[in-house]
Amino acid sequence: MSEHVLAIEDLTVTIGTRRGPARAVAGVDWSVRPGETLALVGESGSGKSMSVLAATGLAPRSARVTGRVRLLGTELTELPEARRRRLRGRHVGFVFQDPMTSLNPVLTVGRQVAEAGEEHLGLTRRAARSRAVELLDLVGIPSAAQRVDAYPHQFSGGMRQRVVIAMALICEPDLLIADEPTTALDVTTQAQIVELVADLQRRLGTAVVWITHDLGVVAGIADTVAVMYAGRILEQGPVDAVFGAPSHPYTSALLAARPDPAAGGGDLVTIAGAPPNPLDLPPGCAFWPRCPVRGDARCEHELPPLVPVSAGHQVRTFYPRRVDEEAQ
Amino acid sequence: MSAPRTPAEVVAELNDLTVWFPSPAGMVRAVDGVSLQVRRGETLGLVGESGSGKSTTGLALLRLVDPTSGSVRVAGQDVTRWSRRRLRALRRRVAMVFQDPQASLDPRRTIGASIAEPLVVHRLSDGRAARRRRVEELLDMVGLRGDLADRHPHELSGGQRQRVGIARALAGEPDLIVLDEPIASLDLSVQAQIMNLLRRLQRDLGLTYLFIAHDLAAVEHMSDRMAVMYLGRIVESGTPAQIWREPAHPYTAALLSAVPVADPQVERERRRIILSGDIPSPVDPPAGCRFRTRCPQARPECAETDPVLAEVDPDHRAACLFAGAAVRAMRSP
Repeated sequence: MSEHVLAIEDLTVTIGTRRGPARAVAGVDWSVRPGETLALVGESGSGKSMSVLAATGLAPRSARVTGRVRLLGTELTELPEARRRRLRGRHVGFVFQDPMTSLNPVLTVGRQVAEAGEEHLGLTRRAARSRAVELLDLVGIPSAAQRVDAYPHQFSGGMRQRVVIAMALICEPDLLIADEPTTALDVTTQAQIVELVADLQRRLGTAVVWITHDLGVVAGIADTVAVMYAGRILEQGPVDAVFGAPSHPYTSALLAARPDPAAGGGDLVTIAGAPPNPLDLPPGCAFWPRCPVRGDARCEHELPPLVPVSAGHQVRTFYPRRVDEEAQ
Repeated sequence: MSAPRTPAEVVAELNDLTVWFPSPAGMVRAVDGVSLQVRRGETLGLVGESGSGKSTTGLALLRLVDPTSGSVRVAGQDVTRWSRRRLRALRRRVAMVFQDPQASLDPRRTIGASIAEPLVVHRLSDGRAARRRRVEELLDMVGLRGDLADRHPHELSGGQRQRVGIARALAGEPDLIVLDEPIASLDLSVQAQIMNLLRRLQRDLGLTYLFIAHDLAAVEHMSDRMAVMYLGRIVESGTPAQIWREPAHPYTAALLSAVPVADPQVERERRRIILSGDIPSPVDPPAGCRFRTRCPQARPECAETDPVLAEVDPDHRAACLFAGAAVRAMRSP
C-alpha cells in the first residue's frame, strides 16, 4: 500500500517518568493519502500530538516507541537516525501551535524560509532567497519582497504562522503536519489560515495531518477523522460518517458539549469527571468511568476492540450499532 | 449601551470610558469610549478578538486599571476616583474569575486558605471554625468535596481549579462577578461543565455576570445581552438572538462567519467572509470607522465619520454608517 504518504500501525509510546511509565499512545493505526486531510482530535493528554511526533521520530528521549511507520513506502523505524532525519526534512513539513517555537528570533524570516531549501534541496543561497520571497507571497505576506528581511517580532501572530507555513512548504513536502496551528490565533485569523492551507493543498496535492481539539475546524477541513482518548483511537472514519452518525458515546458527547446558538440556551451536555491519569489507566475501556452509557462489567475490565460500523468507519466498543443496517 | 427599557436595577455602569496606556510606540488606546450597563441578575457578554479591549474593560470595573477618562459606577456609587483604601470595599462588591486558575491561585497555600482569603480581608466570618464551615459550603456550591480544602492547587485538575476560582469569587457575596475567559484554557468536556455550573449558580443565587470571552458561541450561550468589541470600542450590542440572526455590523457578520461549526455539510456549503489583514495597532487607530481598513463594504464616507452606536432595532445597536445594508451586501452571493 505504497500509495499512503504516511501509514502507522500498532504505534505505542510509553514515556518514562519519575512516577513510573506513562502510556501516552497505545496501539494506534492510521494513514493518510496524497491530497487528503486526516484530523486527529482529542482532549489534552489523549495522545494525538504524541502519536504524530513519535511517528516522525520527534518523540522525547524518554519515550519508548514501538510499531511500524511507513513514510512514502519506507519503513522509518528501521532506519538510522541520520537517514530518518533526512527523509523527514525532505518530505515532511511541520506547523506547530506557537510559531515562535519554529522561528529563530535573531534571524530574518527570509533566511529561515530559505535555510530549509538550501539544506534539503541543495539550492544556492540566491535561489533559496528568491524561492523564499515566492513562498512568503504565496502564503499571503503583503509586500513579501520587502518583508523578507524583517524579523519575526515585526510580524503579528497570524503573519508569523504564515511564515512558518512558508518554511514548511519550501521543500514541497508530501506531508504537512499541523499541530494545533490555529489554536493561539483569533477566529478571523484562523479562518484565513484554514483557507490558506486548504488552497495550498488543492494546488500542491499535499497530504495533511491536522491535530486539533476543535471539532468545528475538523468539520471544515478533514476527509477522515480519528477521535483519540487516553492514547487510543475510540472512533475513526470519513468525517461525514463520524460527525453524522457518531457511534461512540465519547464522540457523541464531545459533539454535544459545544453550545449551538441555533439550539437555544438549555444546559449543555457534559461528560462527568476528567480524562484519566496516563500513569494509572483503568484496565478496560479508559472512558468507562466517565461513560454515560456505562455498559457492563466487560467494559470495565476488558479492552473493547475497534470494530467496523459502516464503510471505513470504526468504533471501539463491545456493542456496535451497525449504522448502515439501521439506515436500510 | 444606553438607557434600559426595563427599570431593572443597574449594578455596574461604564460611561464613555477610556483607558490609555503609555508605550514606547505611543499611547495605546486599549479602551476608547465604552459605555455599558450591567443589570442585576443578568449576564452581559463581551466578545472580541485579541486587542479589542474586552479584558481591560472588565478590569476597569474592579478599578484594576485606572480610567483615563469617563466614569465607573458600581452599586450606585461613582468609584472612578476612589483611593486605594476605599477600593478594598469595591473589591468585595465586584469579584473576578480569571482565565488561568493555575496563575490566580497561590501554589503554596491550601485551597481552603485561598477561598477563605476574601472572608478574612472583608471580615465576613468570625473564627477558624466558622470560616472552615463557610469554605466547605462554598466548595459544595461549586461541586467539589469539602476535604479538597486541605489540598494544594497542583493536586487539582484544571476544571477543579477553575471551580475553586469561582468559589473564591462567591465568598464575598459580590454584586457582580467579572468572568474573564473563564473557560478558554479548559478541555472541551470541562468547558461545558463550567458553563453549566455558572448558570446554575446564577439561577440559585441571583448572581450578576460580565462574561468576557473570544468564543462567540460560548458568549451567545451564556448571555442575556451581549456586546461585540473591536479595537477599543463596542461596535454592536443586542440580545444573542439578534446578534446571531441579524448581525448589523460588518465585523460581527465576519466574526460569525469565521466561527467553524461541527457539521461537515454546513462547513462545505457556507461562504465565509474572510477579512484581510490584521487588527490595526491601538496606538494609531484608523480615522473615521475603526473597522474600515478591513471592512469588505468600506466606502469613502467611512474614513470621514466615526460612527456612533445607534439603534437598528429595539435593544439592538450598531456603530456602522451602513448598518444592516452592509451586512446584507456581504452575505448576498
